[in-house]
Amino acid sequence: MLVQAITSFGWAPALFLQTSGRLLQLSGVDIAIVAIYFLAVLGIGFYLKSYTKTGEDFFMAGREMTAWVAGLSFLAANLGSLELMGWAGNAYQYGILAAHWYWVGAIPAMLFLAIVMIPFYYISKTHSVPGYLKLRFGEPARALSAISFGFMTVLMSGINMYAMAVVLKVVLGWDIYFSIWVSSITVALYVTLGGLLSAIFNEVLQFVLIWLGALLISIIGLIEAGGWSGMVARIHRNFPQQDFTHLWSTLGSFQDNPMGINWVGIVFGLGAVISMGYWTTDFLVVQRVISAKDLRSAKLAPLIGAAFKMCVPFIVILPGLLGLAMLDTPGHHFLVAGDVATAALEKGQVLHSYDEVLPIMLARYCGPGLMGLGITALIAGFMSGMAGNVSAFATVWTYDIYRAMIRKDATDQHYVTMGRWCTIGGVLVSIGTAYLALHSHSIMDYVQELFSFFIAPLFGTVLLGMLWKRATGPGGFWGLLSGTFSAIGMWVWVKNTPSAIQYIALSPYAKPMAENMFRALWSAMVCVIVTVAVSLVTKPRPDSELVGLVYGCTEIPSEGHLPLWQRPIFWAGVVSAIFVIIQIIFW
Amino acid sequence: MLSIWFFIGILLLIYGVLIFGSGLYEYYNPPAEHKVLAELHAGIWWGALLFALGAIYILKFRPRRNG
Repeated sequence: MLVQAITSFGWAPALFLQTSGRLLQLSGVDIAIVAIYFLAVLGIGFYLKSYTKTGEDFFMAGREMTAWVAGLSFLAANLGSLELMGWAGNAYQYGILAAHWYWVGAIPAMLFLAIVMIPFYYISKTHSVPGYLKLRFGEPARALSAISFGFMTVLMSGINMYAMAVVLKVVLGWDIYFSIWVSSITVALYVTLGGLLSAIFNEVLQFVLIWLGALLISIIGLIEAGGWSGMVARIHRNFPQQDFTHLWSTLGSFQDNPMGINWVGIVFGLGAVISMGYWTTDFLVVQRVISAKDLRSAKLAPLIGAAFKMCVPFIVILPGLLGLAMLDTPGHHFLVAGDVATAALEKGQVLHSYDEVLPIMLARYCGPGLMGLGITALIAGFMSGMAGNVSAFATVWTYDIYRAMIRKDATDQHYVTMGRWCTIGGVLVSIGTAYLALHSHSIMDYVQELFSFFIAPLFGTVLLGMLWKRATGPGGFWGLLSGTFSAIGMWVWVKNTPSAIQYIALSPYAKPMAENMFRALWSAMVCVIVTVAVSLVTKPRPDSELVGLVYGCTEIPSEGHLPLWQRPIFWAGVVSAIFVIIQIIFW
Repeated sequence: MLSIWFFIGILLLIYGVLIFGSGLYEYYNPPAEHKVLAELHAGIWWGALLFALGAIYILKFRPRRNG
């Protein structure tokens, strides 16, 4: 086999075993570290089984989580291997623009969730986001949301599996299907045993391991590059015609940046719709927050998550940038697009794709022991993301589909048993969907497509439901349906007629990521317009039925008696200020 | 119920011992395969850091008898 540009890199012969195409082999201590991790997560699942007896325990973790545990698990459920590898790969491909998905594409949404939306989720005592839609808009909106969420969740889970299997294939040469089955069965076991409680506990553990396993790559990488300024200088030397190191200054037009997007797509498509939709209505993350022990903890949890989210680029985006600086040579990318790597492999040639930059940097710097920790971090990322998906899927399936449509009057114990079986079933279906990810140009583009289909319209529906008491049940249902279909329609249009991207993304120079942002923006707008139009011609519910569900009909408990530093609004202000400073620094 | 931080402490302590030990072994028996900046001996100080963190978490969140 040919190994790409192997002679260009002094370190490469030590990493690439040319006979197998893998990056390296694990030593005994690495294998021990990975094995101990598997034992630990399973042990926690067995330990917590005795604490999960009721439906409230299994599906809502007893609503007893502290703000810190709920907040870290809120973030860890999102920080899957997909997130780690996909965004490191995007940083290598697009430069620091990828950090928008951690900053403007996350922080404002998390703050909005904490301060504006959590009170309604929490006071209504809903067990899920579709459950809130049932209370606010009625059964049809709940059914539509639950079915689309279930569909999206198993797809996401499959993508996560694919990402994990790629890591293990690239780094260790493990069989892709062996990796999928071993990791998936482990997740299925510990979530089946301890439900959401087990998922959350393990997510906090995984969060710590992800940081400790990935942080060293950035630290040693910066030392090698000569600090931040040294890294930027190397990137400019390698690619003098492109700007990979500015966050906002290149977003004036589509042609000025590697992502082919402009500031309208980032601010309104990503910041105002996709991220708002994901962080405030995707039950995968919202479930962690509403498991908090009281309203103040539930409001603090997303703020804790936001504070850590702002730091995640240090372990995800920075390795991608370091790849641009240290792997590449002037005018030449070391890594290639996923489809190019796949096509090359069919000809017996090994090329590494953008999404492999993180394990490649890991292999570059980490010896025995540290390598095992880094691999454990990636596996932990996979498991946290997958456990998040299956635990949320189990809740929505059991409460919003099975109990609502199939068996309404069973005992609590029956629903717990259904939740356990559903966890296993969800994992099995996810394994099937992992194959779908193999056919996408880029993992993250695929995810953005899914988001724009389901999440963007859902945000419009939930937002109007919480803030506009005139919104009616038929309005919510038809708005959500039309938003979802408009997103699918736009996607089909561009797939069949690629030149249509100039109408969706407002520029013939737009690239797929820009198309995703704008499609999300338009589908959310369609949802809002239809919801408003239908609501205005249908009969509103009386205010008395909207107590606890809608702004203006709900009394939000005051926090005025608390000292300033204990109030969520104070910490929201602190996070906002740091967020703005970061934008200015990297402008 | 045991605190999750206690579990994390145990795991970090074990990892610290393994990585520190592995780093020391590499220090005295340099491997044939050279990693970039291997001369920093990151395994030694990173392993020590994990060990210290693990010990702190175990002490702070260890189970205690009431009363």
